[in-house]
Amino acid sequence: MNTSATALGAGPSVVMRRPALIVSGFLSAVSAMLIGSMLAIWLDFRSNAPLRESTEGGKMLRDWLPENIKIPEVATNTMMMTFVITCVMAQWAVYSSRRNDSKHTSLALSVVLLTEIALVNAQLAVYSQMGIGVRDGSYMTMFYAVTATMLVIIVVCMGFTLLALFRSIAGRAGDRDLVSAHALYCYAVSAIFAALWFVVYVQK
Amino acid sequence: MTAIDSSHSATSSSGSIATRSTLLGTIAAYLTASDHKRIGRLLISISAIFAIATAIEGAILGIERISPSSSIVDADIIVQLFSALRFDLIFSVAAPMMLGLAVAVVPMQVGARALAFARSAMFGFYLWLFGVILVGTSYLNNGGPGGGNAEMVDLFLVGLGLVIAGLLLISTSVATTVLASRRAGMTLIETPIFSWSALVASVSMLLTLPVVAGAIIYVAVDHAYERATFGATEGVNAWIGWAFTTPQIFIVAIPTLGVLAQIVATMTRGKQPLRAGLLVGVGLMSTAVIGAVTQSSHTVSFSGSASDVLKSLIPYLFFNHLSILGVFIVLGLSLLALKNERAKLNAAFVPAFLGVGMVLTGMIGGAIFKITNLKLANTVFEEAVLVYVCYGAVLSGIGAVAYFGPRIWGREIPSAPVIGLGLLGFLATVLASLPYFIAGFADQPASIANNFDYSGPIWLWNSLVGAGHALMALVVLLFFAIATKSFRSGTISSATSADLFESVNG
Repeated sequence: MNTSATALGAGPSVVMRRPALIVSGFLSAVSAMLIGSMLAIWLDFRSNAPLRESTEGGKMLRDWLPENIKIPEVATNTMMMTFVITCVMAQWAVYSSRRNDSKHTSLALSVVLLTEIALVNAQLAVYSQMGIGVRDGSYMTMFYAVTATMLVIIVVCMGFTLLALFRSIAGRAGDRDLVSAHALYCYAVSAIFAALWFVVYVQK
Repeated sequence: MTAIDSSHSATSSSGSIATRSTLLGTIAAYLTASDHKRIGRLLISISAIFAIATAIEGAILGIERISPSSSIVDADIIVQLFSALRFDLIFSVAAPMMLGLAVAVVPMQVGARALAFARSAMFGFYLWLFGVILVGTSYLNNGGPGGGNAEMVDLFLVGLGLVIAGLLLISTSVATTVLASRRAGMTLIETPIFSWSALVASVSMLLTLPVVAGAIIYVAVDHAYERATFGATEGVNAWIGWAFTTPQIFIVAIPTLGVLAQIVATMTRGKQPLRAGLLVGVGLMSTAVIGAVTQSSHTVSFSGSASDVLKSLIPYLFFNHLSILGVFIVLGLSLLALKNERAKLNAAFVPAFLGVGMVLTGMIGGAIFKITNLKLANTVFEEAVLVYVCYGAVLSGIGAVAYFGPRIWGREIPSAPVIGLGLLGFLATVLASLPYFIAGFADQPASIANNFDYSGPIWLWNSLVGAGHALMALVVLLFFAIATKSFRSGTISSATSADLFESVNG
């Protein structure tokens, strides 16, 4: 008779259901709620601003954007277009990753990184061209708060891109989950910026 | 001469090195921990310590208000004490305690080998702890909302930001574990009810806390540079105050429903009737998110024309009563499950059931508070709502530790003290809150300790509240001591891992 004890069998294997993609989804939601809440407060202040007569006369405007401030629309519109390029490149990385094409994945992620650096540069150029101080009034304080928070989100996205790029360069061509998660975050950041661009730079 | 030096000095020296290395090892182990049980234990233990401190704070404020004409606490720090009580009840006690339970229990329930992104959760714990310390330092130095020291107000905002960042990281980890690390074959609908409630609470926090963070950024930038747009130090409460009141506080109490339903479902050893209804009930409580992110109070007034009443009644019902309906559903289905003949009472049921009862009372109080005709705004009624919900969460935490503790740490906790402390905790919660429901109707002002008057026994209501808080401090302290002793040297538990799940298929 066999009396030896036998160890319990291993439990069922755990299926990790794309955790990077899920975390990226949560990160996107957090970023969207953050900027969304800031834009809501921005809109609240703007709609409650007192009325003043337009410089062209006859027309009453909300006294929100100070008359001496000019928004550099070329730079801000370029930022919006750059985000479109970022999304296309991020999707190219996903496409290449699905085909285990390490070279194209790395190339696509490098271009994404380049566009993100361009976005940071463009935002700094906007600050420089506007030449306003954070202490100069309500609009300026809130402008710096909301755009600097967006800048931090872009920098977080840049960190995500660097992580995916390093892993791709290191030879993890089949790292599809991370590359897809990166692409999802890029789309989310682009959508968030589109909302900010429309409220702050277009509607002013 | 021997190869082994057995002299006293050598022994003591090596002993001290061993002690030092053990101490350093312990510190290093805690700093870099990725074990979900350890992270959960840290969150639960430290939030329990904060619960004792917060209850003492509440007792001091209750005593201070017994006689409005005299004061025992310096008038300058009263404002800070009132503000600190609100902050501590939510962000130092209820939220971390509920998340700590989720961190400790969820991976075991869903069959995961580890918590997803465990080091991120550990980093979240330290961010939260550091943030609470900064907020505490700010309060002690005349900071906080409405504080007189501008630099300390800035420190408060930074500390609150860190607390939120920490809670967000922990919530992300919990939610990802439920969604991504379930064992093969376990669908989301089959997820144990406590894990489901942890998922709902975590996602709700992920959706509401960034909204608080957005307001903090505006207020912090304004306070640091301009101090005009958002109303300087007084503006902090105006813009962030909604995070310390209803319906935001209901979100941190969502796991209390999961604790109760889990205990009841495993007590009955049978199929939970209408299990999907439980999931819906827990989900309904998360509708508080919608009310929270609007950052405004949805009140109702029963004066004016019928259309005016209807205009305010519909949003009032939607934003305040849907979450209450969720609690009723879970309570009803839990009681229905108890009709099973095989049901056997578990000691943990007592504090868990009473905890949900207290949360429900607080939620109903919150709904009454928003009827403008009753003129309860700026009275102590709101403080009672907050205490009901947060102390309800603490009671539920006691039930959860008593129930899940033996399954996590392998040792039993005696039943009699759990039942006794559960009943005492219930008494403490009622004493700390109910008198202010009454005093609210008598117009006792909120956040004021001196120079107020109203017709009624002022000394009685405030004495009872002070005694209630003091009793709660004692309850948490005693439970902490009993739990620590039991889980270190108690009898070996006979509980099996199967007790972590309710029967899905009967």
